[in-house]
Amino acid sequence: MNNPANEASLAGGPAKTHHHDVPHHESHDAHDEHDHYNPGFWSKYVFSTDHKMIGMQYLVTGLIFLFLGFVMVILMRYQLAYPGKQIPFVGLWLQDIVGKAFMPGGVMAPDFYNSLGAMHGTVMIFLGVVPVAFAAFGNYVVPLQIGAPDMSFPKLNMASYWSFFLGGVLMMASFFMPGGTAKGGWTSYAPLSVIGDMPGTLGIPMTWPIALTGQSIWLISMVFLITSSLLGSVNFITTIIQLRAPGMTWMRMPFFCWAMLVTAYILLLAFPPLEAAAVMQLMDRVFHTSFFSPDGLVVNGLPLAKSGGGSVLLWQHLFWFLGHPEVYVLILPGIGIVAEIISNNTRKPLWSYKSLVYSAVSVGILSFVVWAHHMYLTGMGQKVAAFFQTTTVLISVPSVIIVTALLISYWGGSIRFNTPMCFATAWLPMFGIGGLTGIPLAFNSIVLQLHDTYYVIGHFHYVVAPGTLFAIFAGIYYWFPKATGRKMSEFWGKIHFFGSLICMNGIFMPMFLQGMAGMHRRWYDGGASYELAKPVLHLNVAITMAAFGLMIFQLPFIWNFFSSIFIGKKCGDNPWNATTLEWNTPTPPPHGNFTKPVAAYRGPNEYSVPGAPRDFSPQWEPNI
Amino acid sequence: MEIPYTVTARPDTGLYSAKIGIWLFLASEVMLFGGLFSSYVFLRMGATPGLWPHGLLNVPVGTMNTAILILSSVTVVMAWASLKMRKFNMYRLYMAITILCGIIFLAVKLGYEYPDKFHHFGAYIKPEAVEKYERYLGNEHMAKKGLAPRYEITGHLEGETEDHFLVLLDPINANPTDPANDRPHFIPRGRPGEAQWQTFEAAEKAGKKEEAEKLEHELIEKNLLAEVKKEDVRWASAFEPKHSSFFAVYFTITGLHGLHVLGGILIFLYFLFPGAALYKKNPEHLANRIEVAGLFWHFVDLVWIFAFPIFYLL
Repeated sequence: MNNPANEASLAGGPAKTHHHDVPHHESHDAHDEHDHYNPGFWSKYVFSTDHKMIGMQYLVTGLIFLFLGFVMVILMRYQLAYPGKQIPFVGLWLQDIVGKAFMPGGVMAPDFYNSLGAMHGTVMIFLGVVPVAFAAFGNYVVPLQIGAPDMSFPKLNMASYWSFFLGGVLMMASFFMPGGTAKGGWTSYAPLSVIGDMPGTLGIPMTWPIALTGQSIWLISMVFLITSSLLGSVNFITTIIQLRAPGMTWMRMPFFCWAMLVTAYILLLAFPPLEAAAVMQLMDRVFHTSFFSPDGLVVNGLPLAKSGGGSVLLWQHLFWFLGHPEVYVLILPGIGIVAEIISNNTRKPLWSYKSLVYSAVSVGILSFVVWAHHMYLTGMGQKVAAFFQTTTVLISVPSVIIVTALLISYWGGSIRFNTPMCFATAWLPMFGIGGLTGIPLAFNSIVLQLHDTYYVIGHFHYVVAPGTLFAIFAGIYYWFPKATGRKMSEFWGKIHFFGSLICMNGIFMPMFLQGMAGMHRRWYDGGASYELAKPVLHLNVAITMAAFGLMIFQLPFIWNFFSSIFIGKKCGDNPWNATTLEWNTPTPPPHGNFTKPVAAYRGPNEYSVPGAPRDFSPQWEPNI
Repeated sequence: MEIPYTVTARPDTGLYSAKIGIWLFLASEVMLFGGLFSSYVFLRMGATPGLWPHGLLNVPVGTMNTAILILSSVTVVMAWASLKMRKFNMYRLYMAITILCGIIFLAVKLGYEYPDKFHHFGAYIKPEAVEKYERYLGNEHMAKKGLAPRYEITGHLEGETEDHFLVLLDPINANPTDPANDRPHFIPRGRPGEAQWQTFEAAEKAGKKEEAEKLEHELIEKNLLAEVKKEDVRWASAFEPKHSSFFAVYFTITGLHGLHVLGGILIFLYFLFPGAALYKKNPEHLANRIEVAGLFWHFVDLVWIFAFPIFYLL
């Protein structure tokens, strides 16, 4: 890390022309930092301001949260397949942890099912996928790909991680509060979220502060997470605008960076309204205001002692104003990762790079005007519904362009099916299924039948689970050699891939059938007490088995991930023969990233250029 | 390692990084306050006619606070300009004025405006009991004028028993048919029964029971004091966030705005004292920082420019 040979070149790079304008103290500070860059354990691994270390922190923390979210849903799946049965192995142990009220005799109580449901959604989206897909890959890869020494604001970057960390820990801590975690789903719909989890119910002592009940902690923790994403997105956008290396023009930027740029804009602008909503719901809970409590609300047969005058639809509008763009936050980084890997492994430029870029930007803009398609059945009115139906159908156009362009990129390529490429290739049909099953949901007449059924669950899980998660896996396999200097095992990778592919489809495909049969997504017994669910009830067991299978097939990945750090096959700086700038750094990249001045001389995916000496022409190599 | 463009501008964008950063941050803040202001619009549009309060805030004081904030926006620019001209003492002067303005704003808000509201009380009468309180509400008069009906009796809560509230009435409920009360007043007026109430309290304190009873009776007779039965009340509270949607959104937006003012003051205090040491090393860097902090301060000012009319005037 502390290589004196790097010294001169590190100060160079994009800054070089301005180096002399920088007043003395600046270079002095930087000099100090640079000369003695030999941080101790704490500032190197824990309170690091290096974008790569922060990326790793996000990755590890995010993967842990993904695992926790997965465990939660496994418990729920057991309850759905075998309602009212004691959960084997862990049931009694859970009873000790979360209390008799929630796991009586190792059997899941409805309130605990609701808690797990709410936490599964929250953890997976806000603590798992966004931190891994956006923050981890973004932090690690974006500055490298644009040829920057670090992010624009390294300290903000650290603050962003720790704000996320605090939010996550707080969210998990609510499991151990009286009354347990929030039970309102990841959407926290008012008015139930406002009146639920109150002292005096669910065994919460009357004297317990409302601010420390499950739902309130959910809201407070969201404020931390929103702060984190705000700091992160400001940092990403500024970095991409300001720190691109010489020659790295907008249309020479790897598509992954474009995807990250659009994602950062969405996070920047869509999250704050949820923060506003969270503040208002917190006011409703702690100070008994009525933002989301309408007139004449009756709870347990008694009129609610509140001023009234609020609106439950207001919460839904503010929530979905974040909630829908959030979906694109989940998928756009995945699209970016997959695009890089497809281009690299087909040894071809991306088909119509520009249409990919324009589509991603269009998706980002349109994502702000589709939110109310989640609210067709709320009685918000036909005219409003018609507007949002139109915009929702519109947004499928750029999405289809993206998938099509990526698909055509395979045409005539000499494809290397290594593990990242397998995941990237599987991503196409998986995201395709997820996207296409969403189109019916854009139409408000069809939503009459499908609203809140397992069809919806199947649809968005296809986008996020075999969609984004496969992209995340692809990204981990792809950039692992850059971060560690060793490749992950292809053998375990392939087992992981095929097992996951089969199990993912085993889980989510039957959900479409259940949903179309009318099975409701919030049934705690999986539909056992509903006559209409009888014909599709057996699928519950199949889905649960597939979920167990998915868990088992993640074991090779965990083994592969950790063992490859030590015993993986050693590789050079550019093991995939890739063209983007991150492969021009030493492996692993040192503090400051590039050891020599870096510049981009051509587009990002120049593979198999006719007349070129090799089948890849890296961005950093000058034209001969 | 050195991050480029922290002080100097990148040639092709013409900006140093922090300036882009603060504009992005402000864009995000616009969405945050935009969410709150849209909630205000949403709630107000959905409010039952007559249930959105008017004229409960002190407009002269609010106007003064507006002027103070605008003044501070000017002085922060002057502070920045002084740095650009390398006049360090002027910078300190203007920065101190800016901070002082911020502190006065907060002091007025927290020391006078909020507590004044917390001491105010309102009781919403159930629609079916409204007629019983006609002498305080004057709805016949309102209907004649084509105005929305009144449901609320406001004033100072002087006492509360098991079955009623004792309210020293605001002018609007003391003289409900006075045409001067048809529209909200920008300048708050004292309660007409205030002086008599104090005499009554003095009498009660002195133990003159008969005189006190007589005075109280007189107050009620003259429509200055009201006994509001709890069974007729739909909802009653001090002017706290829980009082109504109006106060809920008022306290939320002004509270969040107040936190922003506080944040700005802390940042400026830092740049006035420890942060100013940067001037000796690199005055341009300090000027950049003041520019960025100043942009934030202008935004805080702008939020108030929106908040003032929607709460005080409309």
